[in-house]
Amino acid sequence: MDEEMWELRLYVAGQTVKSMQALANLKTYCEQHLKGRYRLEIVDLLQHPQLAEGDQILAIPTLVRKVPAPIRKIIGDLSNQERVLVGLDIRALDHS
Amino acid sequence: MPNQQYSRAAASLPQLPKAPTGIEGLDEITEGGLPLGRPTLVCGSAGCGKTLLGIEFLVRGILDYDEPGVLMAFEETAPELAANVASLGFDLAQLQADKKLRLDHVHVDRSEIDETGEYDLEGLFIRLGYAIDTIGAKRVVLDTIESLFSGFSNEALLRSEIRRLFRWLKDKGVTTIITAERGEGTLTRQGLEEYVSDCVVLLDNRIIDQITTRRLRIVKYRGSTHGTNEYPYIITEDGISVLPVTSLRLEHAVSDNIVSTGVADLDTMFRRGGLYQGSSTLVTGTAGTAKTTLAAAFALAACQRGEPTMFFAFEESPAQLLRNMASVGLALQPFVDSGLLRIEASRPTLNGLERHLVTIHKLIGQFKPQTVLIDPISNLVSVGSLSEVRSMLTRLVDFLKVQGINALFTALISGSQGQREMTEEGISSLVDTWIHVRDLEGVGERNRGISILKARGMAHSNQVREFIVTEHGIRLLDVLVGPAGIITGASRLTQHIQEQARALATEQEAERRDRELERKRRVLEATIANLRTEFESVEEELRLVNSEEQQRHESLSDERRQLGRSFSTRPPGDANA
Repeated sequence: MDEEMWELRLYVAGQTVKSMQALANLKTYCEQHLKGRYRLEIVDLLQHPQLAEGDQILAIPTLVRKVPAPIRKIIGDLSNQERVLVGLDIRALDHS
Repeated sequence: MPNQQYSRAAASLPQLPKAPTGIEGLDEITEGGLPLGRPTLVCGSAGCGKTLLGIEFLVRGILDYDEPGVLMAFEETAPELAANVASLGFDLAQLQADKKLRLDHVHVDRSEIDETGEYDLEGLFIRLGYAIDTIGAKRVVLDTIESLFSGFSNEALLRSEIRRLFRWLKDKGVTTIITAERGEGTLTRQGLEEYVSDCVVLLDNRIIDQITTRRLRIVKYRGSTHGTNEYPYIITEDGISVLPVTSLRLEHAVSDNIVSTGVADLDTMFRRGGLYQGSSTLVTGTAGTAKTTLAAAFALAACQRGEPTMFFAFEESPAQLLRNMASVGLALQPFVDSGLLRIEASRPTLNGLERHLVTIHKLIGQFKPQTVLIDPISNLVSVGSLSEVRSMLTRLVDFLKVQGINALFTALISGSQGQREMTEEGISSLVDTWIHVRDLEGVGERNRGISILKARGMAHSNQVREFIVTEHGIRLLDVLVGPAGIITGASRLTQHIQEQARALATEQEAERRDRELERKRRVLEATIANLRTEFESVEEELRLVNSEEQQRHESLSDERRQLGRSFSTRPPGDANA
């Protein structure tokens, strides 16, 4: 399980403050807890609006954990580290 | 682009530009449709047909007005929606393939989403914008937007985002329908959408006396007048059908032709020998006054003219009706067999009023009859309140008139109020001809009397005629007016005998008087004869006296002359010789 690559996708709409903040926060957490085990994809819906439907994106910014299953979504600027980690189930993984 | 169109339309028309919905009746209430390029809220409780209204708006827009549409569904998935409306003949899959329609199912599930920090709903806007732009949509339906509230916890943000969404839709220039669940005491659960929408349509589903009726009301319509009443609507196999009263314009064409009532004697009571073609006739009467028989006679006459005829029976089954009418010499069966006459029998309680009306509309549309009979309309009261029945009948009568269909309705009026001569349904003012049949109760029996209360545009008899139902149909009897009003039945016989006796007596009296006169004449003549005889005898006597007198006088003068002569020739001594 530990070998598994984490696939994360962050949906943003242009270079808004919230989006930038979310990206910065996410990068920090990933570097801390998933170093080398994650792939982060950033989707700008202003450029690829057709992608919004696939992941049922409503809110911006939205972080989607594609792998490992199940899919989880976290919306918001990811400012609360605790909640992001719980939401992504990162801490549990760490302990295992 | 749509904005430009919009402003151009606004400049050329003083009225707000509208997007016709294509939904039967709704465009009449809204005087042309929903506000073009603006959001409209459709709210109502569960089972009102909000989603259906939205989908029909889109599908009609695509099919009838060539306006592509986007349906953003928050509750049902695209295949579910397609399956739900397939029964209405809407092929959503085909429309999607033609790039006329886009279905986007928005799945909102709180359990899948965690919230940390600030966010907005830009993703929704982008999705919607993308869907609109890919097919050039002019119409958008959001069903049901408040599902968002179950997916996100930040209510304040949602409210402001929804506000922004409405604004954004307006700027996009798309005509939008947003559906919402009805809240407690407010139109919507969030109490928000109705204020930001330019038009609010309220759908209502209520049960009165165990019968469901659906009502539609335009609560608000910015910048336009609209019908303000509650209008019944139904969901039929063809979609939503709103029944507005406002479609009654009273501008139907009229005919100058005359059709028979089916009762020859009754025809003669009308100056022109029948009813105007395409007019509506009401037959009222108390129970058992042969209203149905009159209706059947009218139907038979129509069939004999070769007109397709439709008989809506709310009391009898077709077989029963045919049998009963055959017993009075009205043979309807051959026309049923030949397909000219169609009998539609149903219990009034089978459906709500609106559905009855629509069923009647539909059947008339299919069968295209020239003559329609409804027996009786008063039974419909059992499924609705009086005012509802009245408004339904108004629509029905008007519908038939506009189609130029000869219509005959029967109505039962209760015996105690028979004198009032007013139908409870109050449709008497709608019909052109009103025939009233009633019981004439006399010495130990009931007889039937018929009279014409009104006949628009035609002089008619003012008499109450007795009529009898024989084996050969209905026959009207001659009027017999006695000292105490008109005379019927056994009294008619009595009256007849009495009159004969009276006539005999009068005759005898006359003879007696003649004899008396004769007698007097003879007496007088005898008297005159007597007098004449008397006169003659007197005359005789007088004449006798006269002649004697004359003789005496002559003899006297003779004597005198002789005497004078003798005095001159003889001596005085032999005077006595």
